[in-house]
Amino acid sequence: MILQIDNLRPKLIIGCLIPLLWLLADIVFDNLGANPIQALHIRLGDWALRFLCITLVITPLQTMTKWRGMADYRQLFGLYAFFYATLHVLAYLLIDHALVWHMIGTDIIESPYIWFGVLAYVIVFLLALTSPKWAKKRMGKNWKKLHRFIYLAAVAAVIHYFWQLKGNLAEPLFYSIIVFLLLSFRVLAWVKNRQLMKMMIPTSRRALALAEEKSMMLETARKRR
Amino acid sequence: MIIKTTKNIPASEITDPLIFKNRRKIIKAMAATIAAGAGIAPAWANSANPVWADLPKSDLSADLLTPTPAEIIKNYTNYYEFAFNKQDATKLAQNLNTDAWSVEISGEVENPGSYYLEDILSRQTLQEYIYRFRCVEAWSMVVPWVGFPLGDLLKTVKPLSTAHFVKFTAVHQPEIMPRQHSNAMLDWPYVEGLRMDEAMHPLTILAVGMYGDILPKQNGAPLRLVVPWKYGFKNIKAIVKIELLKKPPLTSWSQFAPKEYGFYSNVNPAVAHPRWSQSSERQLGSGFFTPRRQTELFNGYGEQVASLYRDMDLRHFF
Repeated sequence: MILQIDNLRPKLIIGCLIPLLWLLADIVFDNLGANPIQALHIRLGDWALRFLCITLVITPLQTMTKWRGMADYRQLFGLYAFFYATLHVLAYLLIDHALVWHMIGTDIIESPYIWFGVLAYVIVFLLALTSPKWAKKRMGKNWKKLHRFIYLAAVAAVIHYFWQLKGNLAEPLFYSIIVFLLLSFRVLAWVKNRQLMKMMIPTSRRALALAEEKSMMLETARKRR
Repeated sequence: MIIKTTKNIPASEITDPLIFKNRRKIIKAMAATIAAGAGIAPAWANSANPVWADLPKSDLSADLLTPTPAEIIKNYTNYYEFAFNKQDATKLAQNLNTDAWSVEISGEVENPGSYYLEDILSRQTLQEYIYRFRCVEAWSMVVPWVGFPLGDLLKTVKPLSTAHFVKFTAVHQPEIMPRQHSNAMLDWPYVEGLRMDEAMHPLTILAVGMYGDILPKQNGAPLRLVVPWKYGFKNIKAIVKIELLKKPPLTSWSQFAPKEYGFYSNVNPAVAHPRWSQSSERQLGSGFFTPRRQTELFNGYGEQVASLYRDMDLRHFF
């Protein structure tokens, strides 16, 4: 089982590049429609947001199911979210604006929807910067605090998506529901934990939580080995 | 009133009309041969034999503009009655039946009535108008419209002195228009409006075609408004009713989001949409790594129309 999971990493690393290859093929074969630059922005932004959601869905999935070991790949998915977000930003600066800085400046200042995109990107950038193990070690408790901002990044990204549209709200609506569910899961888990801590009554749920803690300890032990 | 063309072009730069015409014929013949071989329609036409192949060009056409390829114009258009995305809208718009179209003209006019489009056209002189088209979504193109001045039509019904505004209503066919059927977003049918002087301005036309042929359905067939100095959504499609009014009509987008879309909606790079900048635009057909075009006040038609808004605060009347 463990062996199988270890084999997954190279497959995932390559698999996460498929959207990029697909996009490149669409560029080469001129499949991006009448406004290819707009299509490019949407495609790259979509994938950044999708990887952000995948990163966030792992913990709730592990809590709700018996599926274990995915937590090892959270970092990988998070870095891919950063990767696609970076391409999204580069496409904006280079492909759309051809690095004409005064026009870029005006565009950003006058476009509130871009402010949210910038916020999301700055967060994801900081998280990617502090993603190596040594950074995690050095930051101690602050690491977790910083990395909770991933939720803010997700919310900002969804607002960024919503606000640039005149109509056709179906897709951003889909993502905002996902992000809302992910967020509410975390809030619920947090509230529950607090209640349990207060009551300190070993109910069946508390037992479950204990079991989970145990399994997590085992996992860390395994990793250290 | 002297109507100037957009730019004063030195005589040396103007292509001799004869050469131009011949060149066009040669290109057309070439394209037709290629198209025949490949089994596709030539790029400028919707059918192999355009209806208005050799239409005179209006003096108002900016000669220096190169029209955006027809394939792009035909595949990148909003039509919210059908769908909120451009691909589906284009596909679904083909369901619109444009046969035996009539337009009701009423309100503050001497001769109200319902007129068949054919009859309207028989009394108008069609010309080609090559205009810039700037969407509020910050993209733009250049369209060679076929049409006639709206003012010429309004004159035939004799507006009363009490007519200060023009209200346009688009077709209401919920049975073939899914977003009308589900009452989605806007209050249907789509309504647009102009001030009387804007409506009578020679730049303002009613279009029945583009690229020398009948308008594609997704582009507003059989009759649409074209006001080149205003954002695209003012250019209402598939018009069935024109009313002359004393007071300004409540227009669709303005009703939906009054803080985002005003009655005038003149193209203005200095007045940003509340959520995005209007300072620049992506010209459709331009490639990767090409800078965006800097948007011009009144979409570059300021010389002709700025006087209409002389004492107005354009920030307030956006």
